Amino acid sequence: MAATQKQPVTGAGPFNGVLTWVDQRFPLISLWKDHLSEYYAPKNFNFWYYFGSLAMLVLVIQIATGIFLTMHYKPDAASAFASVEYIMRDVPGGWFIRYMHSTGASAFFIVVYLHMFRGLMYGSYRQPRELIWIFGMLIYLCLMAEAFFGYLLPWGQMSYWGAQVIVNLFNALPIIGPDLSLWIRGDYVVSDATLNRFFAFHVIAIPLALLGLVAAHIMALHEVGSGNPDGVEIKKHRDPKTGHPLDGIPFHPYYTVKDTLGVVVFLIVFAAIMFFMPEFGGYFLEYNNFIPADPLKTPSHIAPVWYFTPYYSILRAVTEDFMWFLGAGVVAYAVLIVMTARDARVRMLAAAGGAIAIAAFMFIEPKVWGVVLMGAATLVFFLLPWIDRSPVKSIRYKGPMFRSALAIFVVVFLVLGYYGTQPVTAAGTFISQVCTLMYFAFFMLMPWYSAMDKTRPEPDRVTGGGAH
Amino acid sequence: MISAKKFLLALLLAPLAAMAAVGDVRLDRAPVNDRDLVSLQRGAQVFVNYCLNCHSANYMRYNRLQDLGLNEQQIRDNLIFSSAKVGDLMKIAMDPQDSKEWFGTPPPDLTVIARSRSSHLGPGSDWLYTYLRGFYRDASRPSGWNNTVYPNVGMPHVLWELQGEQVLKETKVQAGGYMKTEMKLALDKAGKMAPPEYDRMVADLVNYMDYMAEPARHSRTTIGIYALLFLGLMFILAYMLKKEFWKDVH
Repeated sequence: MAATQKQPVTGAGPFNGVLTWVDQRFPLISLWKDHLSEYYAPKNFNFWYYFGSLAMLVLVIQIATGIFLTMHYKPDAASAFASVEYIMRDVPGGWFIRYMHSTGASAFFIVVYLHMFRGLMYGSYRQPRELIWIFGMLIYLCLMAEAFFGYLLPWGQMSYWGAQVIVNLFNALPIIGPDLSLWIRGDYVVSDATLNRFFAFHVIAIPLALLGLVAAHIMALHEVGSGNPDGVEIKKHRDPKTGHPLDGIPFHPYYTVKDTLGVVVFLIVFAAIMFFMPEFGGYFLEYNNFIPADPLKTPSHIAPVWYFTPYYSILRAVTEDFMWFLGAGVVAYAVLIVMTARDARVRMLAAAGGAIAIAAFMFIEPKVWGVVLMGAATLVFFLLPWIDRSPVKSIRYKGPMFRSALAIFVVVFLVLGYYGTQPVTAAGTFISQVCTLMYFAFFMLMPWYSAMDKTRPEPDRVTGGGAH
Repeated sequence: MISAKKFLLALLLAPLAAMAAVGDVRLDRAPVNDRDLVSLQRGAQVFVNYCLNCHSANYMRYNRLQDLGLNEQQIRDNLIFSSAKVGDLMKIAMDPQDSKEWFGTPPPDLTVIARSRSSHLGPGSDWLYTYLRGFYRDASRPSGWNNTVYPNVGMPHVLWELQGEQVLKETKVQAGGYMKTEMKLALDKAGKMAPPEYDRMVADLVNYMDYMAEPARHSRTTIGIYALLFLGLMFILAYMLKKEFWKDVH
C-alpha cells in the first residue's frame, strides 16, 4: 500500500503525528491490529491457556539475565567455575541475576510442559493447527539443546559429567559414532574446547533459532486462530455485520489484562523459589555442581537436571533383557497393523518394517537402541496431529479411553522423571521399563483407541467464558 | 474404573516405596544461625586458624568478612596470618602436588563446601557438623584416623587436641522389645575442651562455613520479602484491572 493512501493515526493524543509518520513508513497500525487489538481469541480460555504467554515471559527473562551474566562469566575451563562464584559474590546484584537465570531454566520447562499438556488435553495440535504444533515441538527441541549447552557452563561436576554422558551417547551410534562425538566435543574428553563451543551455542546459535521459531509459532497461530477448551472453531459463527467471531474477543485489552494477572501470579511463585529456595532441594541447582569439574573423578551417581530425567530413564531402561519385550512389542504392533489396516500396502509395509526392526535388534547392541528410544521419545510428539483420529478435539468430549490413556501417560512421564534422578536399582529399572512401554503405547496405539473411543457430540458454540 | 485408578495410584506411589527401602545414615542437626554474628565471628576465627592452612577458600575475599560486623582493620589484625591484602581471596601457599602426595588427594577448596555437601539427608551444614565430630582412632588408616560420615577419609583429625580421641565401640542398645548391637562413638582420651564446648566450637565453624558458601543468603531472603510484598500489591491491581475489563464479556 502506498504511504499516501493510509489514514492518519487518531486516538493517540499528542503522539498522533509521530505515529502517523511511522505508520506511513512501517506497518505499525496493521501489525497492532492483526496481532493485538483485532486478533479475536475465544472468550473461554481457562487456566491452561496462561502458559503460552508465560513461556514468552520466561524467554525474555532468560535473554535479559543471560546478557548480564555474559558480561561477567568466563568461558574458560580454568576460570569458569570461579567466574560463577565471582558473579555470586563480587558482582553487585550478581546473585540476583544468576538465580533468576537458573530458576528461569527450570521454570521454562515447567511452563512448557504445562503448555504441551494443554495441547494434549484440548487437541490444540489438530487440523488446522498442525504447523503450530510442529513449530512448537521444534521450539521444545531447541529448548532442550539450549538447556544442555547452558548446563556445562558453570563447570561443576554435574555439568562436566552430564555433558560427558550425553556426548558419549553419540558414541553408541554405529560406524560414525566415535567420530561424531569427537567432532561435537572438539577433544577426546569434555574440555576447554567443548566449553567454548557450548558457550557459543548457548549464547547465540540456539537463541537465534529459538527466537525465529517463536515468531513462526505465533504467526502460524494468528493465521488460523486460537483453539479453546471446547475444541470448536469460533470462526464458524461470525457477526454478520462486523464479520468478527461471535465467541471471540479482541486479544487486547481482554487477554493482555488477563495474562498480566497470570504473569503476576507466576512471578509470585517464581520469586518465592528464587529468593527462598533457589536450589529447590537440589533439583534446580544440583548440589554436586558446587564441586568444580574434575576430569579424573567420576561421581558415583550422575543425574541430568530434572527436566531431562524422563528421557534419561528411557535410555537406562533399555537393557539386554528388555530387548525381548521390545521385540515382542514390535511384533505385536506389526500384527495389529496387519490385522486392522485396510490398505494392502500399509499391511505389507508394517510386516516388512517389523521384520527389519527385529533383525536390527539382533545385530545392533542394546545401548544403541537405548539412544534410539530416547530420541524417539522426544520426536514421537511430532506425530500427534496425524495419530489422533478422534472426531472431537477436546478432552471434554472425548471418551473414557482417551482420558485414561492421557492420565496414564502423565503418571508414566512423572514416574520416569523420578527414576531418572535416582541411582539404578533393580526395582527402578523394572518400573522404568514398564513405563517406557506404556509411554510409547500412548502414542503408537492412539490411532486405534482414539477412533474406537465413545465420544460425546461437540457443542456448536463455546461453553462458559466471560465474567461470572 | 476403580481398578484403573488404583493401578495409577500404585504406579505413582511406587517410588515412595522404593525410597523407604534404602537405609540412610543419620546426620545430627547443626545448631546454626546465620543472624548470630558473634557465632559467625568465632567460626571465622576457627576457620582461619585450623582450616585455612591446608584448605583454601579461593572464591572468598577477606574483606567480605565485613558482613560479620568487622571492619577492615579488625580483619587485618585478627584473621589474616599471611601477607595477603584485605581485598585478596583466601588462598593458601600449599602446593596441590605436595598435598596430593601427603594426603592421597589435595584437600578440597572449602568456599562452597557447605552447599556441595547438601543432600536428601539434610543441608550441608548438618553433614559438616556430624563429620567434624565423627573422627575416631583407626590404626588401619595411614593417618591413624577414620570418620563415621566419610569412611576412609584422607584428612587426619586436625582438631584432635581440642576434642580428644574417640573410638568406635560396639554397644548394646534397647530397640523396641529386643537388644541390638550398634557401633557408637565414645571418648577414649579427653581433649582440651569438654564435649559440649567442642560441639559449640564446631557449630560456630559450621555456621561460618555455611555463611561463606553463600554470603548473599542474608540479602536474598531480606529482599525476597519486599519482592513478594510488592508482587502481592501488583496482584491486587492486576486482579481488579482484569475484573473491570472482563465485566462486559458475556
